[in-house]
Amino acid sequence: MSNYIKLIVLGLVVLFAAIGSNYARDLAYQVHAILVMVIAAGLFIWTLRNTDEPDILTDRSAEYMDDVIRYGVIATAFWGVVGFLAGTFIAFQLAFPGLNFEWAQGYLNFGRLRPLHTSAVIFAFGGNALIATSFYVVQRTSAARLWGGNLAWFVFWGYQLFIVLAATGYILGGTQSKEYAEPEWYVDLWLTIVWVAYLAVFLGTIVRRKEPHIYVANWFYLAFIVTVAMLHLVNNMTIPVSIWGSKSVIVWSGVQDAMIQWWYGHNAVGFFLTAGFLGMMYYFIPKQAERPVFSYKLSIIHFWALIFLYIWAGPHHLHYTALPDWASTLGMVFSVVLWMPSWGGMINGLMTLSGAWDKLRTDPIIRMMVISVGFYGMSTFEGPMMSIRAVNSLSHYTDWTIGHVHSGALGWNGMITFGALYFLVPVLWKRERLYSLQMVSWHFWLATIGIVLYAASMWVTGIMEGLMWREVDANGFLVNSFADTVAAKFPMYVVRGLGGVLFLAGSVIMCYNLWMTVRKAPAKEASLTVAVPAE
Amino acid sequence: MEEYTLLRQFADSWMLLLLFVFFIGIVIWVFRPGASKEYKDTANIPFRHTDAPAPTRDPAKSSHGGDDNPAESKEARQ
Repeated sequence: MSNYIKLIVLGLVVLFAAIGSNYARDLAYQVHAILVMVIAAGLFIWTLRNTDEPDILTDRSAEYMDDVIRYGVIATAFWGVVGFLAGTFIAFQLAFPGLNFEWAQGYLNFGRLRPLHTSAVIFAFGGNALIATSFYVVQRTSAARLWGGNLAWFVFWGYQLFIVLAATGYILGGTQSKEYAEPEWYVDLWLTIVWVAYLAVFLGTIVRRKEPHIYVANWFYLAFIVTVAMLHLVNNMTIPVSIWGSKSVIVWSGVQDAMIQWWYGHNAVGFFLTAGFLGMMYYFIPKQAERPVFSYKLSIIHFWALIFLYIWAGPHHLHYTALPDWASTLGMVFSVVLWMPSWGGMINGLMTLSGAWDKLRTDPIIRMMVISVGFYGMSTFEGPMMSIRAVNSLSHYTDWTIGHVHSGALGWNGMITFGALYFLVPVLWKRERLYSLQMVSWHFWLATIGIVLYAASMWVTGIMEGLMWREVDANGFLVNSFADTVAAKFPMYVVRGLGGVLFLAGSVIMCYNLWMTVRKAPAKEASLTVAVPAE
Repeated sequence: MEEYTLLRQFADSWMLLLLFVFFIGIVIWVFRPGASKEYKDTANIPFRHTDAPAPTRDPAKSSHGGDDNPAESKEARQ
């Protein structure tokens, strides 16, 4: 019966997309309509061929749903390489403007590729990592199979469709120009549907849990899912100009729009890139270190303090603007106070290794996780400092901000995700171990040196251009033109690009290593579950 | 009183107080007597049920479970 409803819905979608591709007012919408039409038609045929087949009902409640997590792991690694490649390329575009090729003007120039890079690394790489690990963690810590059956598959494939629509939209010019929220109205609506399904799967599994307590990692994941839903809805309140076009108009205006955008933008950092990844930290570091988290009490206080404070920090993006002073002061104060829970969490992650520090010498995966927590501590110190109004007057609009973002994103989000992938692949594909630990070491050092090159060059160039912009001569005239700062930044831009190359090379080594783990590493014997005596 | 002033006054007083009391309450609750024992068990959740969900037959685990009560398959990490 449900197949008939599916067929009717898919048929209507195909019809609507076909009409849309004909009436489309702009290229992005047209391409998306064709894409949706083809996908929906394929699904229609697939559903049709499976309709009225005898149902083979197998009770799978005694095993975890790991297929979708395996797909998520592959998608994470794939989108990671794509996103790092795009980032490295645009880094060289800034150093060598000739890379904005004449034949690709309007498609592959910096302005089009930059949102492609940010969305690919944050939403495609980070998002897939969060979805895959949250599905893994919530099953293991709830001791229950994922709720909702194939709904988890809908979440996975629906999210990939969102990524493809967003990425192609940017290149073809379909953007609402809100940083980290560039996708246009119909892509936003699609993401909303996928996200509600994600929340349902996650919450449903928690409700079904066999453990009396909800483990702290799930609290962080849940905060991430719920808050991102709220942020997404409020920041994307737009009215489409036409149902056949991608252009839409935001309902907020002026400084209210700016405030909502940075309330969204900073909490995308706070809840997508921090809370969600802290969920990863609270599961995978104890697992890899083989000892429980340092202080469970601290983790609870960490959670509540973090979510109570982060939500207010957004206005620090709008110092010296039309935003009232009291609002930006509020944002600044909360940002500085936020330093405490951030470091509380960092200490909790690091101290989990107390008594097992020797693992740092022998286990490159734990090294990766530890340096990620180290970068988390470093960027959560740098961030509050940069949010102080006086510091911000120097740092704002300079490359310092870009350096700060990347020490957090590459160092914290990237490294903890790599650690989780190295943990997950042998477990999910039932291998005894990784293919090569030496390659993990290579990845670790390439990535670390890459980040150091990136962050250091951006500190230098950021502070330099900040000082050059404010330099005045004896008569009060500005000394430097904007082009002077651009010329002065060239060497640092080359170093930054090289840092990107190292980071990208490390991730390619990781992909090869994971691939060979699945292909070549010795399989784990199924019946051989060695029981370790409880101490 | 117009809407903005009303909401602003509420935010500055009762809502602020509510959030603070809630947060302080959490901190006190975390340090309640007996918490350490319970959290020791909770912190070990990642080391149970790594390979398969818990069997369905005993739905309600005793809530004051001892250290190794819910641990049916305490096993080493693979």
